Amino acid sequence: MNLSVRRARGADRLAGSLLVLRRVADVALGEEVLVHGGDGRLRHGQVLELDESFVVVQVYEGTFGLDLEETVVELTGESFRLDVSTGLLGRTLDGRGRPIDGGPAPVGRRSLDVNGSAINPAARLGPSEPIETGITAIDLLATLVRGQKLPIFSGAGLPGDELAARIATGARIAGNDRFATVFAAVGITRREADLFRTAFAGAATLDRVALFLNLADDPAIERLLTPRCALTLGEYLAFELGMHVLVVLTDISAYAEALRELATAREEIPGRRGYPGYLYTDLARLFERAGRVRGRPGSLTLLPIVTMPDDDITHPIPDLTGYITEGQIVLSRELHDRGVFPPIDALPCLSRLMNAGIGAGRTRPEHRPLADQLYALYARGRDLRRLVVVIGEAALSPAERRILTFADRFEAELVGQGEHRRSLEESFELGWSLLADLPAEELTRIPLALLAERRATRRPRAERAGEPRSSSRRPPP
Amino acid sequence: MVSAEREVRGPGPRPRGRAEVVAAAGPVVRASGLARPTVGQVVRVGPSRLLGEIIRLDGERATIQVYEETAGLRVGDPVEASDGPLCAWLGPGLLGATFDGLQRPLGALAERGRWTLGAGLEAPALDPARRWRFTPLREPGENLVPGDVLGAVAEGPFEHRILVPPGAPAGRLRRLTRGEFAAGDPIGEIESERGPGLLHLAHAWPVRTPRPVGDRLPVLDPLVTGQRVLDMLFPVARGGAAIIPGGFGTGKTVVEQTLARWSDADVVVYVGCGERGNEMAELLTEFAGLEDPRSGGPLLARTVLIANTSNMPVAAREASVALGMTIAEYFRDQGYGVALLADSTSRWAEALREISGRLEELPGEEGFPAYLGSRLAAFYERAGRVVPLGRPGRVGSLTVVGAISPPGGDFSEPVTQASLRLAGTLWALDTDLAHARHFPAIGWTGSYSLYVDALAAWYRARVGDDWEACRRDALGLLARERQLLEIVQLVGADALPDEDRIDLAAADLLREAFLQQHAFDPADAWRPPVDQLALLRTVLRARDGLQAGLRAGSTVETLSHSPPLAELRRARSWTGPNVAERLAALGEELVAPVADPPDHPADPPGKAVP
Repeated sequence: MNLSVRRARGADRLAGSLLVLRRVADVALGEEVLVHGGDGRLRHGQVLELDESFVVVQVYEGTFGLDLEETVVELTGESFRLDVSTGLLGRTLDGRGRPIDGGPAPVGRRSLDVNGSAINPAARLGPSEPIETGITAIDLLATLVRGQKLPIFSGAGLPGDELAARIATGARIAGNDRFATVFAAVGITRREADLFRTAFAGAATLDRVALFLNLADDPAIERLLTPRCALTLGEYLAFELGMHVLVVLTDISAYAEALRELATAREEIPGRRGYPGYLYTDLARLFERAGRVRGRPGSLTLLPIVTMPDDDITHPIPDLTGYITEGQIVLSRELHDRGVFPPIDALPCLSRLMNAGIGAGRTRPEHRPLADQLYALYARGRDLRRLVVVIGEAALSPAERRILTFADRFEAELVGQGEHRRSLEESFELGWSLLADLPAEELTRIPLALLAERRATRRPRAERAGEPRSSSRRPPP
Repeated sequence: MVSAEREVRGPGPRPRGRAEVVAAAGPVVRASGLARPTVGQVVRVGPSRLLGEIIRLDGERATIQVYEETAGLRVGDPVEASDGPLCAWLGPGLLGATFDGLQRPLGALAERGRWTLGAGLEAPALDPARRWRFTPLREPGENLVPGDVLGAVAEGPFEHRILVPPGAPAGRLRRLTRGEFAAGDPIGEIESERGPGLLHLAHAWPVRTPRPVGDRLPVLDPLVTGQRVLDMLFPVARGGAAIIPGGFGTGKTVVEQTLARWSDADVVVYVGCGERGNEMAELLTEFAGLEDPRSGGPLLARTVLIANTSNMPVAAREASVALGMTIAEYFRDQGYGVALLADSTSRWAEALREISGRLEELPGEEGFPAYLGSRLAAFYERAGRVVPLGRPGRVGSLTVVGAISPPGGDFSEPVTQASLRLAGTLWALDTDLAHARHFPAIGWTGSYSLYVDALAAWYRARVGDDWEACRRDALGLLARERQLLEIVQLVGADALPDEDRIDLAAADLLREAFLQQHAFDPADAWRPPVDQLALLRTVLRARDGLQAGLRAGSTVETLSHSPPLAELRRARSWTGPNVAERLAALGEELVAPVADPPDHPADPPGKAVP
C-alpha cells in the first residue's frame, strides 16, 4: 500500500475520456489515479497535464456516468505498473493484465512501469539468428530474425490474425526451448478472441503463451495500455530471464484509433487523417522495445499486425509502421480470393535484417542466391501476366511462358502451403524444385558453380519423378 | 527536498527567488522564478535534473522544452538554471564514439552496463580519464587569433588539430605545454586584452550557432562515393548538400550507410535521428570491424555516431541534428573534408511539429510550424567549402546529406518540398525500382545534380574528358527507354521497330551492368571513378555495336545474346588494377562486326518489361 495516496472530491470538467479537477498538492505527471464515481463504479486514469490550477486526468473507461460533485479522485503516486512473472505464461488476461481465465491471481516477481525505458542503442546486439516460422514465404524470402520487428500488413477480411496465430504456435528456434509467446489482442471482436483462445489451447505450446485480450467493447483508452503490458512482460522474460520471446500485437489500427480518440478529446491539432502528429513517435516507442541486448542471452521479436484501411499501404498507420519496422509481410486480397493460404504477396515483402540471419551456419549457404532468384523470376512472371492481358499469351516466347508457369507454381505451391507447417528443409527443397524446369541461362542470380552442383545431384531425381519438361532445348548447365 | 514543506504549499503565491515548475504537459514545462532567463538557456528540471532548454519567455514565465521523459514531474519541482545555451564538447575522443542527441556518451555508458536510458542521466561527453599526447606547434610569445592551430593530438591515424576556440579573444601565447592531457585539461595560457585565459584540449560551442569561418569558397570537387549512379550521373560536391527522399523500403538508410562506409570524407558524422535502434547497432558492429581503405584503421575511427533513436525523447531528437552539425563544423575547421549524414530529417521536422503543437502555435502545412522552411535552410546552409579562421591557412569542407521519409512516399509533402529548394543534389528513391530489387533504387527520372558544371573540370582532369558526354548519352538513353516502355505497355515489345528494340536492350544493359550496384558484394560495393567511367563508356559502346550489328543484317535476338555482351553484364564484379583496360578491350570487341552467323538458340529470352 502506497502511503502517499491522496484523495480529492469533485471535478471541474468532464468531457469524453477527460476529467479536469482543481489541483491538489503534489500531483505527478503520468501518475495513475483511481476515479470513484458517484455511481459506485471504480474507474482508472492517468494524469496527462498539470498546471498551477488544474489537473487533467485521462479516464480509461470514459467519464460516462460521472458527475461533478460526487466523483472522488484518488492519486496513487505511481505510474501504471504490471506485476510480471513466468506465472503469466499459460494465462489469459484482460487489456490491463488482470486474469480473466478464472484462475488464481498470478504472483508477481517484479512490478514494472509499463512504459519501459529506451534501450541504449550502443548496448544493442546486432541481429544475427533466424526464427523458423514454418511459413515458407517468410522463412525463404523474408526471414524473421531474432530481435526484429516485422509487421504483417493485412486488410479487412484477410487472414492476418490466422497467420499471426500460426506463426505464434509454429515458430521454432533451432535447439532452443526457452521460447515464449506474448500475444496482445487490442480491440478485437469476441469471434477473433475465440480464434486465438482455440489456437493456443490446441497447441502444445500452451504453457508458453500469455494472452492479453482487450475486446472491441472494452474501454478504448485501455487499448493504449494493452501493448505496453505485453511488451513489459516480454522484456522481463527476454532481458531478465534470458528467454526468446515473440510478442504479437494485433491490431495496430485499433490501437492508433484509440490514440486518435484521445488526441481529439484533448483538442490537439490533428495530423494526417486526424491522427496525432506524434503517432510515429508513439508507435516507435512500442516497436523499438524489440531487440537484443549485449551481455543478455534473450531476445524480443515483435510481430505487429496492421489492418490497412481500404487495403491502402500509404494510409498513415501502415506507412508509419513501415518506417519504424524492419521490413513487412504483405497479404494479398487477390491470392486470398483464389484460396491461397497464407495469401502472402511476396513482391512487397521484405525483411531488412534477413542478411544478418541467413546463410551458412544459420539457415543454408545458398539462401541468399536462391531467394534472389525466386524473387526475380516471380517478379518477371507478374510483369508478364500484365502483358498477357494486353497482347495475349500466344504472343509470348517459350521462355516467357516458362516464367509464367513458374509464377503460377510459385503462388500455388510455395506460398499456398495451406495448414501444413513446413520445416526449413522442406521449404528449401520446394524452392529448388520450382527452379528445376528452368534453363541455366535464366538463373542469373545463382552462381554457376552452385547451379552445376545442384543440377548434378538433383536432375536425375527430377527425371525419375517424371516432371513435365517445357523445353527440350535446354543448354547443358 | 523536505516533503513537509511541499504538503503545506497549495496553489497560490510562492516565495520569489526560487525557480520551480508551474505547469507540465508532455515535453513542455513552464517554470517561474528564474533569475534573468534567456531564450536558449539550458535548465535542469525536477529532482532528477532533467535537461531542458528555454524556448519562450512570457513575463516571468519561462517555457522549457525538456529533452527527457517528464513522467513523474510535479508542480513546485525545482528548476535550476545553467549559465548558457546547449553546447557540444569538442576535442579528442569524439571519433569512434556514440552519443545521444545531448552528447551523452552512449558507448561508454553501455560499457558500464547501462543498457537502458533513464531520466536525468549525466555523464561527461569526453572521457575525463582518457589522456592524449599533445604536440604544440606554437611557441610562447607568438600572437594568436581565434581558429589558429595550436598543436595536434594523434587520435589513432588521425591528426586531431587543436584550435584556439573561435569565440576566444586574440592575444599573445604565454605558455603551451607538450605532454599528456585529458580533454578538459588546460594546455596553455593566452594573454589578451581581457586578461590571461587558459587554453584547453577541448572547448564547448553552442550547437545552434554556426561556427564562424574565414571565407566561403565555391565548390570544386565531388565527394567521391564509389557509387556509379551517384558519382557518374548525380554527383554531390564537397561542401554541397544532397537530399535522399524515399518511401519506406526504398533503401534510404542503406544509401546513407553506404556513404558513411565508402565516401572519401576524412570524417563522417552520422546522425541517426528518430530511426531504428537495430540499424545503429548493426552500423556500430560493422564499422568497428571494417577497415578504412585510406587510413588502414577501423572505419569507426573516422566516424562520430549520434544515435537518437525513435523511442528516445522527441526534444532531444530535435537537438541531435544541431549537435551533429556542430561536431562536423569542428572537424571542418581543422581543415578536413567532413560528411554529415542525417537519417532522417523528417523525424527531426516531426519533433519540431510536436513541440510546436504543445506550444499551441498556429500550424502551417500538415501541422508543421510555419518556420519549418527557415529551420531547414539554417541547417543545409551550414554546408560549404570554406577557409577556416586562423593560421596556417587551410581549406575544409562540410557536405550534408539528408534523408527524408515522406509520408506515403509522396514527395509533395512539406519537408521534401522545403528541402528541395536548399539541396543541390536530389537522389530521388523510386519505389518501383526498389520493388524490382534494383538497388540503389535512385530513380533517374526525378534525380538531379546542380553541381555538374562546377565539377566538370575536376572530372576532366581526374577521371576522363568524356565524362560529360557519357553522362549525357546515358541519361538520353534512359529517357528514350522511358518513352519506349510506354509504347511497350500498350502493344508489346515485338511490335517495335528493330532500332527501338536495340535501344531497349541497351537501356536494360545500362540498368543491369552499370546502374545497379551490390552494396553487400565486396567486389562491387565500391568502384573508383576511373573504373566507373570505363564501364559506362563500354556500356555505351555496346549500344553502338548493337546498332552497327543491326545495320550489318543481324537480328536483335542474335545481337542481344552475343558472348561479349554477356561478359559485360558480369563486368561489375571485375577486380584488379587493369579493369579499365579490360573494359576498353571489351568495348572494341563489342563494336567489332558480328562475323559468323550465330549458332545460338533462336529462343529469345524476351527482354523483360521493367
